[in-house]
Amino acid sequence: MKRALPVLAVVATAMFALAPFYIMQAPIEATMGLVQKIFYFHVPSAMMMFVSTFVCGIASALFLFGKRERADRVAVAAAELVVMFGLIVLVTGPIWARKSWGVWWQWDARLTLSLLLWMIFLAYLLVRKYGGPGSEKLAAAMALFGMADVPFVYVSVNIWRTLHPTTSVVPTLQRSMAGPFWFSVAAFAVLYILLLTLRVRLAHQQADVERLYLIANED
Amino acid sequence: MAEFFRVAWLVMRKDLTVEVRSREILYTTVFFAVSCILVFSIALVREGRPLEDAAAGILWIAIAFSGTLALGRTFERERHAETLRALMLAPADRPAIYLGKLLGMLVLLVTAEVVIVPLVALLFHQRLDVEPGLLLALLVLGTLGFASVGTLFAAMLVRARSRDVLLPILLYPVTIPVMIAGVRGTSALFQATPDVPVAQMFIAILAFFDVVFVTLSLWTFEPLMTE
Amino acid sequence: MRASVRCVLRRIAPLLAVAAICLVVVAPVFAQGGPQPPEGFVPVTEVPASEQLPAAPLVMGAYAFVWVVLVVYLWSIARRLTKVQAEIDRLVSRLDKGA
Repeated sequence: MKRALPVLAVVATAMFALAPFYIMQAPIEATMGLVQKIFYFHVPSAMMMFVSTFVCGIASALFLFGKRERADRVAVAAAELVVMFGLIVLVTGPIWARKSWGVWWQWDARLTLSLLLWMIFLAYLLVRKYGGPGSEKLAAAMALFGMADVPFVYVSVNIWRTLHPTTSVVPTLQRSMAGPFWFSVAAFAVLYILLLTLRVRLAHQQADVERLYLIANED
Repeated sequence: MAEFFRVAWLVMRKDLTVEVRSREILYTTVFFAVSCILVFSIALVREGRPLEDAAAGILWIAIAFSGTLALGRTFERERHAETLRALMLAPADRPAIYLGKLLGMLVLLVTAEVVIVPLVALLFHQRLDVEPGLLLALLVLGTLGFASVGTLFAAMLVRARSRDVLLPILLYPVTIPVMIAGVRGTSALFQATPDVPVAQMFIAILAFFDVVFVTLSLWTFEPLMTE
Repeated sequence: MRASVRCVLRRIAPLLAVAAICLVVVAPVFAQGGPQPPEGFVPVTEVPASEQLPAAPLVMGAYAFVWVVLVVYLWSIARRLTKVQAEIDRLVSRLDKGA
């Protein structure tokens, strides 16, 4: 994985440098106009956020039930990424919404539950920070419950009539828009792996520091 | 299997016996809920009168807030008397202990709701006799969903720092689907002509939520409560 | 497992991870069912000039925000990594001196 890091970094940078050009070339959407272009970063960020919630959930499950220490580090890294990508989604979304729907925020199903997933993983980080000793397990349970809540997002989108474009919009995306969109998704995916790897390495090193402190204090 | 339910029953009976003797948590929960309802009714006012269609929302907010307090108090009592450690040391199935505590909590909260719901109906001129079965199902399933997650979180926070504020921080985001389904379902039933299909749909969602989260809680109780 | 196979697996693991992520992400979207009449996006070749101006600062603002968040997060990781690395070096030298 160490060798892959510089490669990933170069690839991610290159893709992000190219992405704006692709996005500029994409045709302008009829009803929403230019502001719809936010979609090319907003949706991939949302995808990465949801992927990260699953990564965190699965890692937390491995930590809680499989008792694997290393899984806990992946979990905290993934949780930080949920919060970060979630921040992007929750800011770019309202910017887009303000222009195209006229309101900054709407309490429809998907928006509400994206916000609440973000809050759940923010709570995860809060518990780890302020919960005192043994808070890793508490946070892991929180992540599991957060992940279990995700299906309710898709269910509620289908039940409630919402302002948000329905999920089926991606498969029916016109050819000319699909190219830049999937390129952006790929760019974000590479970036996600890069960030996750870096953050996990940080977690490993922090664990090493703890261990060294223990050894040092034994003498 | 029978042993499992026997242990759960014993734990529940213990909790309820303690509660019946002092009635401390029940009274304080009900009173706090009533205060909540009062504050919200005064805060959400239009033309000098409380908003009629805010009834469902106010009801469930009161349940959530007072429920959180009840959870905190119940486990504080356990922590104080060190009975939780004794329970963990007992040669009993851990998930059974969770189930017992959950059922005890459920009985407590539903008992509180027996007072709270008619009060809300009275204040907001709502009829309770139109679809009582559906309303009852909504309340019980919603309370169960809330209590299932709450009991687990409260139990695991017993030994944590800042446990008072961490419980709401952890509990509310996860139980928002319960709140949404509860409020929407209740307001569907509180309409002039109750919207039965909508209410039934939300009851189904709550049932699904309960199954998923009670199972998840049973599953995670053991690893969480062991060092 | 043989060392060479493991080595190869470790190399292609990042690529496999990317592929897996893409699949995981795409699956629920496609699970929604077959193509339905497009409800959101329809491209158009012409856009009245009046539409473009107000939107541009919003679009640029959104993209700028994305960049800022990513850069800040990367910087935060870098800062924490250097801090931890310094800490490790300090502890290791202390242990070496002690030993």
